[in-house]
Amino acid sequence: MAEVLVYVDHVDGAVRKPTLELLTLARRIGEPVAVALGNGAADTAAALAEHGAVKVLTHDASEYADYLVVPKVEALQAAYEQVSPAAVLVPSSAEGKEIAARLALRIGSGIITDAVDLEAGEEGPVATQSVFAASFTTKSRVSKGTPVITVKPNSAAVEAAPAAGSVEELAVTFSDKATGTKVTGRTPRESTGRPELTEAAIVVSGGRGVNGAENFAIIEALADSLGAAVGASRAAVDAGWYPHTNQVGQTGKSVSPQLYIASGISGAIQHRAGMQTSKTIVAINKDSEAPIFDLVDYGVVGDLFEVVPQLTEEVNARKG
Amino acid sequence: MSLRIVVTVKYVPDATGDRHFADDLTVDRDDVDGLLSELDEYAVEQALQIAEDADDAEVTVLTVGPEDAKDALRKALSMGADKAIHVEDDDLHGTDAIGTSLVLAKAIEKAGYDLVISGMASTDGTMGVVPALLAERLGVPQVTLLSQVSVEDGTVKGRRDGDAASEQLEASLPAVVSVTDQSGEARYPSFKGIMAAKKKPVESWDLSDLDIEADEVGLENAWTAVEAVAERPARTAGTIVKDEGEGGKQLAEFLASQKFI
Repeated sequence: MAEVLVYVDHVDGAVRKPTLELLTLARRIGEPVAVALGNGAADTAAALAEHGAVKVLTHDASEYADYLVVPKVEALQAAYEQVSPAAVLVPSSAEGKEIAARLALRIGSGIITDAVDLEAGEEGPVATQSVFAASFTTKSRVSKGTPVITVKPNSAAVEAAPAAGSVEELAVTFSDKATGTKVTGRTPRESTGRPELTEAAIVVSGGRGVNGAENFAIIEALADSLGAAVGASRAAVDAGWYPHTNQVGQTGKSVSPQLYIASGISGAIQHRAGMQTSKTIVAINKDSEAPIFDLVDYGVVGDLFEVVPQLTEEVNARKG
Repeated sequence: MSLRIVVTVKYVPDATGDRHFADDLTVDRDDVDGLLSELDEYAVEQALQIAEDADDAEVTVLTVGPEDAKDALRKALSMGADKAIHVEDDDLHGTDAIGTSLVLAKAIEKAGYDLVISGMASTDGTMGVVPALLAERLGVPQVTLLSQVSVEDGTVKGRRDGDAASEQLEASLPAVVSVTDQSGEARYPSFKGIMAAKKKPVESWDLSDLDIEADEVGLENAWTAVEAVAERPARTAGTIVKDEGEGGKQLAEFLASQKFI
């Protein structure tokens, strides 16, 4: 059976959920061979084996943290040359897409980004994408070389599928291109204790109607009652009320949770682009004409400062 | 010596229009108004600021696209760029990201450059991979997704805000930079700028000017193929209630019925 290379996104050895989802998709095409790089790479093996990796290629070097993107491209290329896989799958993060693109060019292959589903096809894997602010879905395949495909979070279920997951040290030699862009400083984000926005099962977002940074506390309280991530519309981010890393929309994150709750968000195209594929959509807005209501499964026309705290209280009471 | 800045821009269908696909499954560009991709305005803005801070600099805007793509170049020129290059060729129709990066890279090399600045992604394809592809093709450092950027003494520095951390990056010129929508509000063209833009030079190049063969680009030779396109079914109309004092409780009831609580 053909092997499929899966690039592992991990934090000091802790494998992030989108990589486990990739393993589910990779198993539809062939036998997953995982590539884990950097600090803690070898610690990823148990989780990857549990979810179907037949082999885990690891390599640690200071270059991965000290220089931008290219060292990872060169390592993935080394793995590609060793394995000769049927496809290469990479999580669709900002960095993941850059790594995938440069690898594709180096190996003479086409690239598809931001797939939301993947299935085996007669002429190679077929990727589903959601385009034009999620108003269309397309099915595409790579027509030259070995398909390189990046896949968005929440595109598949995480499934246990125990496999050997034997660890092998990958041999990597860096070229002078690898050290072109130096990382001279790094400030880790403070953890909020909430789930990662793109990976969360529930997202609670606030927009212009929240009317002030301090008022985001009521959005956060609702999010915490549901174990949700917090999002914000571009209007709220541009106003400086919430960090850009939490922005949902065309120029921010695109999310596809089980439940999306939009509070005080009108639903402009820029926002819809980032949340339209959510399974269930709920909105609270005082303007009954707001376009967000065209998308909802359930909408409340009302003052979010009344409705949201009442909802939070009710959720907490029901959990109680 | 003059700092040569090349800004890559894309002419895209207006995102607020009714975007759709043509019969050959490429993006339909005829029925929807086009414009300079909003995210490229940030690249033009940062190029102009870097040029203003340098002793001597020249900003060239470059696009690959059909005849109407000149509108995007005019907009960038009216913002303050010095000159423009339009790569246009019928054989380019349907070219994908890998092919586009080839055309852009050849044009950038022909134009001459110290710094390439791109937007973070286009607003139509939204892949966000062209800056990385350009760096790979040109063999120069990639300093991408910057929310803050500066150039001094032949070095580009910037801040890349990632999910896990905010990183300070540094590379020697020549280099390829991309900037996000957090890099700073783009200026509006002034009346004077709009008038001046009409007199600024716009060069037109075709594939033969760039020594690219027709079989290296275009829909037939793309590295990827779209096999099917489907309009997303409209969401079925949901329940909408007016809050009469119990809106939060009603919403909780709905969430419970859907097993979210």
